[in-house]
Amino acid sequence: MPPNELAIPRADFSLRRVGAMVLRYWYLLRGSWPRILELAYWPTMQMILWGYINQFMASSSGGGSGWVAQGAGVLVSAVLLWDVLFRGQLGVSISFLEEMWSRNLGHLFVSPLRPGEWVTALMTMSLLRTLIGVLPAAGLAIPFFGYSVFTLGLPLAAFFANLIVLGWSLGLLIVALILRYGMGAEGLAWIVVFMLAPVSAVYYPVSVLPAWLQPVALALPSAHVFEGMRALVFDGTLRWDHLAWAVGLNIVYMAGGIAVFLYAFHQARVRGALLQTGE
Amino acid sequence: MTERTIPQQPGTPAIAPAIRAEGLTKRFPTPDGRDVTAVDAIGFTVPRGSVTGLLGGNGAGKTTTISMLLGLLLPTAGTVEILGVDMARHRHAVLPRMNFSSPYVELPHRLTVRENLTVYAHLYGLTCVKKRVQELAEHLDLSRFLDRPSGGLSAGQKTRVALAKALLNDPELLLLDEPTASLDPDTADWIRTYLERYRLRTGATILLASHNMLEVERLCDSVLMMRQGRIVDRGAPSALLARYGRQTLEEVFLDIARASDDRILTGETADAAE
Repeated sequence: MPPNELAIPRADFSLRRVGAMVLRYWYLLRGSWPRILELAYWPTMQMILWGYINQFMASSSGGGSGWVAQGAGVLVSAVLLWDVLFRGQLGVSISFLEEMWSRNLGHLFVSPLRPGEWVTALMTMSLLRTLIGVLPAAGLAIPFFGYSVFTLGLPLAAFFANLIVLGWSLGLLIVALILRYGMGAEGLAWIVVFMLAPVSAVYYPVSVLPAWLQPVALALPSAHVFEGMRALVFDGTLRWDHLAWAVGLNIVYMAGGIAVFLYAFHQARVRGALLQTGE
Repeated sequence: MTERTIPQQPGTPAIAPAIRAEGLTKRFPTPDGRDVTAVDAIGFTVPRGSVTGLLGGNGAGKTTTISMLLGLLLPTAGTVEILGVDMARHRHAVLPRMNFSSPYVELPHRLTVRENLTVYAHLYGLTCVKKRVQELAEHLDLSRFLDRPSGGLSAGQKTRVALAKALLNDPELLLLDEPTASLDPDTADWIRTYLERYRLRTGATILLASHNMLEVERLCDSVLMMRQGRIVDRGAPSALLARYGRQTLEEVFLDIARASDDRILTGETADAAE
């Protein structure tokens, strides 16, 4: 037997392969300025729209909503944080769909790339895409409405982290559904997160919801984040209970997302979908 | 790079064959609840350094077999060892030593050729990525297209790019699914010559699925003939020509493709040849 006949290069989790996949998606993004512009376009438009609604509702001509008037920029904060959740989910789903559209999964998974490395790259790109989308909108809120979401301070980082992690969990669920049902399920990438909007209490407190729906809302990390955000804006207090619930629920949701993804990936190998799936 | 030792399979000889498949079976469920057997308990070995052709008509099970060898598709039953490593248990340990190319699995269209090759070079853990990409571009006459989007290339150029990707890691085992499909004769001949030289230079093992019998006669040391998911004959091209009393492998192919099931199942075939 030649020396080292069975000495195999170690092929465990590799940050380099994660980097290679991030590079792949970065190449795609930088190669198209309309894509980069589009990332920032919708969050900015939403922020401007909700910013004016916020101003109107707080003014006497708008009925002088005391609730909105109590917290400067509560709706602007809400819309920006909602976009973190939406962009976080979309960032995972769209990067995955890029592989489906280009029928590249077959090449990727005959390389040493592991599913966990790929998922880490999808999440990294999601973070990047979310920052590109949301930061300009948050910056523009300052000259437009004299309100900076950054005044929320460190808790903002906790809200951001919880929402983007929930977005990743949803993204993995959508990836799993597309792996299972093919490109017919592609549209889910754009609609699933909106199913959570009414019960996430983005623009109103959970108490507004009917009693039977409130437990559903409180089972979502997002509802706890938005309740926590409003407590901070209105009262200047950080609600640790909401934060703890959000973190705990996120751990459960992420574990579920990973498990569903890994199962769907395994089933895709059983059915041969990695080689055949595409447009 | 750190290394580890993969447990040798019981009974594995000192130098294991490049590929050993035993009882390899794939059944797919159909909507009416029945199973379709795409690959039916096939077994074969591919010696190291050889070029083996996997032949058969459409639907014979060639692509399904290659997918199982690559680990993209999980077998219903049977085992696959690549370079002495059990694919079911240690697939990721052997993937850096093999590669694959198919005209039906494309590289991302919007990335340039250079970007695509760079990404895959990193995935395969290569050092000196720029140098390797440049080197392959020169070898495969891709230098003029390096900064063009992959989707804008002609079929021949795309095939060369796919081959460059498949050769990035200097694979010990190269699996090719119809490497010259839809290429003009000149480009196809160029690809075949390149593969011949690559094999001579590196001693790599090549398994290729093809419908082009001239290509198979030229490149292959041995041939596996598939029909309806089974290996129905095998041997060196010259041995097959002698056995069937034919002048060309295409005639042998047609004999097998059009033979009655009785003939295939009664022994003038693979098992007898074994």
